[in-house]
Amino acid sequence: MNPSHPLSLHVNGVAVQAQVEPRQHLADFLREQVGLTGTHLGCEYGVCGACTVRVDGRIVRACLMLAIQAQGCDVQTIEGLDAQGGFRDLQQAFVARNALQCGFCTPGMVMCATALLEQGGCPSRSDIRAHISGNYCRCTGYEAIVDAIDHTARTRAAT
Amino acid sequence: MKPAAFDYLCPRTLDDALQALASHGDQASVLAGGQSLMPMLSFRLLEPPWVVDINRIPGLDQIQQDGASLRIGALARHAQVMAHPLVAQHFPLLAQAMPHIAHAAIRERGTLGGSLCLADPAAELPACMLALDARLLLRSQQGAREVAAADFFQGLYQTALAPGELLVEVHIPLPEAGSQMVFDEFSRRHGDYAMAGLAAWSHPASQRSRLVYLGCGDRPTRALRAEALLNARTPVPEYPTLRAAIDADLHPEADLQAQPDTKRHLATVLLQRAWPHL
Repeated sequence: MNPSHPLSLHVNGVAVQAQVEPRQHLADFLREQVGLTGTHLGCEYGVCGACTVRVDGRIVRACLMLAIQAQGCDVQTIEGLDAQGGFRDLQQAFVARNALQCGFCTPGMVMCATALLEQGGCPSRSDIRAHISGNYCRCTGYEAIVDAIDHTARTRAAT
Repeated sequence: MKPAAFDYLCPRTLDDALQALASHGDQASVLAGGQSLMPMLSFRLLEPPWVVDINRIPGLDQIQQDGASLRIGALARHAQVMAHPLVAQHFPLLAQAMPHIAHAAIRERGTLGGSLCLADPAAELPACMLALDARLLLRSQQGAREVAAADFFQGLYQTALAPGELLVEVHIPLPEAGSQMVFDEFSRRHGDYAMAGLAAWSHPASQRSRLVYLGCGDRPTRALRAEALLNARTPVPEYPTLRAAIDADLHPEADLQAQPDTKRHLATVLLQRAWPHL
């Protein structure tokens, strides 16, 4: 009953092969089997956004996808974003504006924001708020996070 | 919590999926986008022995025009529908409704078929499908049948889907030239389920219209008396006149979002706001 299934995928560009139980969601797989604990697990039912990762380029909730469903996919986590280095400006803007306090929401918030920033241009503050509306932060009151994303978008657009 | 253990099937063809559903009947849950099923599994509101993942079936996510209809595959993701030029061109109702559905990451995974089969009465897409007279194509090993949206939604999370059946495609008739469409809703926070919402169209030249409310009953609900008012093509009536029609049309029960009286008030305000655009 419920034997484990073979799973092969790429995580942050590295080929990973594993055996997973069908019921294991992608966030648990990344944290427990791959050892990448930057993907945080908050509510575990798709509300808080802390587990946001990218699967084949698209932002998804890793708690709302079974690990087995990522068969053959390219998964990117906050660690992969770090290695790639393309978000240093956003990272620095988060620090400069105190856009994180406890930091629990930050990986998901950053993963979510990068998808908006990649669309280019200068999204309005209202667009930024709508885009991160699925990511909860219980510390900052969001204003500083919106500031950081807004600043990064404007700086990128000007260069 | 973690989901209870289940066996996982990932059919690669529609026939294999229908075979799996025929074999396991109500012991199987269909996994499409998973944005509602996964939470239900995690809360153990559902503990199906089998999960049939339909994501690897090719061709189920197509969006195309077919004569006088738009055909949208059941696996089309919300983000895909939202960005599709045919949707923007013909169905401003859908284009306006899509951004209200949850959040960006949810819209990347969630599917049209999943939303319709869940049949949450406060969801946007069931109301839109009823407003647009969509027809739902259901397949099973016994064959295919088409069900009108008006017959598909049968109550709180209840649909016309029989055991072994899979929703594969939705056919939406293209609107007549000159149609006006409005979608609007009130929710407590962006992306929350609506306290009350309105999917509406009108065709002023023929004095026809459709007003479908979400979050105001156990299923998407037409407001027939309000439609009759609108079809008279007068300027916006006073609140008491609209409210009387809404009170006669809608009989919402209290839910986590709002009390019945609040819902009827919001439904009236939605109609007031939509009226000049219809």
